[in-house]
Amino acid sequence: MRVYLDNNATTIVDPKVFAEMVPYFCQMYGNPNSLHEFGSESHPALRKAMDQLYAGINASDEDDIVITSCATESNNWVIKSIYHDYILNGDKDHIITSEVEHPAVGASCKFLESLGVKVTYLPVNTDGVISVEDLKNAITDTTALVSIMWANNETGMIFPIEEIGAICKERGVLFHTDAVQAVGKIPVDVKKVNVDFLSFSAHKFHGPKGIGGLYIRNGQPLSPFFHGGEHMGGRRSGTLNVPSIVGMGKAMELAVEALDFEKNNVRRLRDKLEDALLQIPEMMVVGTKEQRVPNTILISVKGIEGEAMLWDLNQNGIGASTGSACASEALESNPVMEAIGAEADLAHTALRLSLSRFTTEAEIDFAIDVIQKAVVRLRAISSTYAYAPEWHVSKL
Amino acid sequence: MAKNSLIGGSIWEEYSQKVQDLMNHPQNMGELTEEDAKNMGGKLIIADFGAESCGDAVRLYWIVDEATEVIKAAKFKSFGCGTAIASSDTMAELCIGKTVSEAVKITNIDVEKAMRDTPDVPAVPPQKMHCSVMAYDVIKAAAASYKGVDAASFEDDIIVCECARVSLGTIKEVIKINNLKTVEEITNYTKAGAFCKSCIKPGGHEAREYYLVDILRDTRAEMEHDHLLAISNSKIEGSNTVNFDDLTIVKKFQQIEAVIDENIRPMLVMDGGNLEILDIKEGGDGMSDVYIRYLGACSGCASSSTGTLFAIEAVLQEKLSKNIRILPV
Repeated sequence: MRVYLDNNATTIVDPKVFAEMVPYFCQMYGNPNSLHEFGSESHPALRKAMDQLYAGINASDEDDIVITSCATESNNWVIKSIYHDYILNGDKDHIITSEVEHPAVGASCKFLESLGVKVTYLPVNTDGVISVEDLKNAITDTTALVSIMWANNETGMIFPIEEIGAICKERGVLFHTDAVQAVGKIPVDVKKVNVDFLSFSAHKFHGPKGIGGLYIRNGQPLSPFFHGGEHMGGRRSGTLNVPSIVGMGKAMELAVEALDFEKNNVRRLRDKLEDALLQIPEMMVVGTKEQRVPNTILISVKGIEGEAMLWDLNQNGIGASTGSACASEALESNPVMEAIGAEADLAHTALRLSLSRFTTEAEIDFAIDVIQKAVVRLRAISSTYAYAPEWHVSKL
Repeated sequence: MAKNSLIGGSIWEEYSQKVQDLMNHPQNMGELTEEDAKNMGGKLIIADFGAESCGDAVRLYWIVDEATEVIKAAKFKSFGCGTAIASSDTMAELCIGKTVSEAVKITNIDVEKAMRDTPDVPAVPPQKMHCSVMAYDVIKAAAASYKGVDAASFEDDIIVCECARVSLGTIKEVIKINNLKTVEEITNYTKAGAFCKSCIKPGGHEAREYYLVDILRDTRAEMEHDHLLAISNSKIEGSNTVNFDDLTIVKKFQQIEAVIDENIRPMLVMDGGNLEILDIKEGGDGMSDVYIRYLGACSGCASSSTGTLFAIEAVLQEKLSKNIRILPV
C-alpha cells in the first residue's frame, strides 16, 4: 500500500479536474487572444472557470482575480509592487509580516530589507499564531502593507484573519494574505474578511501545478509584475494557460463543494490518526484541533530525528514531510518549530502529516500501524531517547 | 547553477546501497553492559558525542581488553538521520579488532569510504559528509575516556574542515606554496569546504571557529607582509632575501632610489648638485642599465663622467648588485 500524507506540499489532481482540462490541449488549443475561432472557442470555458473562481472565494464582480503561475508569483507580485508603488515612489517605508510565512513572502520581505525597507516580523505564540495586539502596536503611519498568511503550511494553524483585516481597515493599511493552505480546506470569503490581496494556488486543492491566482479588491491599483501584453486586463501579461485555468476553476468548484466533507470526514480521519499517535508516549502536536485546518498534524516524535522517520515511512510506502534538519538541502531545523519557541531538541523531531479528501480510512489505519512500528524501531536506535535523564515538560 | 542543479533531486537518491541497507538494518546497533564486559574479560567504555538540539547525537560502546588495548566489541546508538545511523554503524564495525590507538586514527573519510558501493562513487552526497564526522568524534571521546585523557590530545592540529579533515596548518601551507587567491582554489587543492560547506563562511550548517574566507584573507595578508618585509630588509641591509636582479623594474627603481637617497644624494647636494634616475633597462647581457641625469652644479662638472660616476656605480654595486651599470645622459 502507498499512502500519500503530504497534501500540504501538493495534491493529486482530481480526475474530474483532469477530464475538464483534456480538450484544451489538442482540440481547442488556440490562443484565446486571437480573433479567429481557434482562439475564441475556449472563451466559454475560460469564463466558466472565472465564475468558479469568483464564486469559490465569494468575490464581487468589481474585484479582480488575476491568474498567475502560482502563489509564489502572486506573493512576490504584491510585495514587490507595493514596494514600487508605495515605498520607492511614495512616502511609506514599512511592511509587517510574521515569522512563519512561506518563503515566498518571507524571502521577498528579506529582499526588500536589503533595499532599505523596514520589515517587522511578528512573533508567534507556542501555538504558532501571531497576536493581534502585536500587530496593532507594529502598525505606523508609514506602514505600506501587512502580509499575514491565512493558515500555516507546517502547523495548519488558522490565523485571526478577520480581526487582522478589521485592524488594517481601521488603520488604513493594505492587507495581503497568503491563503494557499486555506483555500479548499476551510471557507474563504472575501466579503466577510477585509483583504485587499489574497494569493492561492491550484495544486493545493486538487488542481494542476503551475497555476494560481491573486485576488485584488475592487480595482485596487498595483503595478504589474509581468509586463508585455494586455492579458488579464493589463494586470498580468503572458498567454493564458487555458487548460490549467479551466482545471483550476473546476478544482475550486469541487473544493468548495467538498468543504463540509473536509470539515467532517477529513477532520475525522485526521483526528483518528492524531489520537492514535498521541497514544504513543512522548508525542506532541502543535496547536489545538479546532484552531487548525482539518487536514494537518505537525507532531514532534521525541528522540527521533525527522529525516530518519521520513525514511522509515517511505520504506513502507508512506509519503510525509518535515521541514527539519537533514531533510532539506539547507540542513536546518524546522523554522516553524523554532518560531513557536519549541525546545531546540524538538525542532529536529517534527513530522508533518497532511491528509486530503482522497485519503481513506484504510490508509489511515495502515499509516497508524507503520508509524507506531517506525517509532519503536527508531527509538531503539536512538541514543537520546533511552538515556534522556528526564523527560521534557513540554512547552507546546 | 547548471543543468544538473536546476531541478534538484532527492538526496536519498545519492545514498549508496550499503548506506541504505545499514539504515534499514544496522548491524552494530545496541548497547554493551558491565555484564558483557565481565563475560568478555574487558573494560566497558561508553562515550557520547553531539546533542539532540544540533540534530545529531551518537553514543558508542566499547569493550576493551586492557592487556592488549584491543577493542573486542563495539555497539552504537544514534539520534540522527539515516546516514548518521549508517555512519555510526560503520564506525562501530571499523573499531572492532583494532587497538584503541589504531581506532583513534579512523577518520570520517574512512567511514564514508567503507560505505561506498564502488570505490569511485561517494556513499553519501556532500551535504551528508558531516554525519560521518560524528563517528570520528565519538571514537576520540571513547579513546579519551579509556586512556583518561582529554579528547583534544588526539588532535595534533586545528581542524578547519571536519568533513574532509583538513587542518589549519595544511590550508595555510597550501595557500602559500601555491599562491592561492580564492576559496574555490583552496577547496580544489584540499577538499576543505567541499562537503557541508559550514567552514567556508559564517552562517552555514554549524558555527565554526575558523572559516576559509578568514584564513585566506589572513594568510594573503601574511604573505603580503612577508613580501614587503623581505623587500624592506633588502633595501635597508642589502640582504639577499630577494635578489636584486630578480626584481621587477619598478622594485629595482625603488631600491636604487633608496640607496641614492641615503648614500649619494647628500654628497651631491652639499656641492650644489643632484641627479635623477630617468630609466632602468635590462642590458641584455645580464646588466641593469640605469640612465641618470645630473642636475644643478653636477651637470657639466668634469668628474661627473669619471670619479663621481664610478663612485655612484660602486656604491650601487656594493649595496644592491654587481650587475648595475650607470649611464649618464
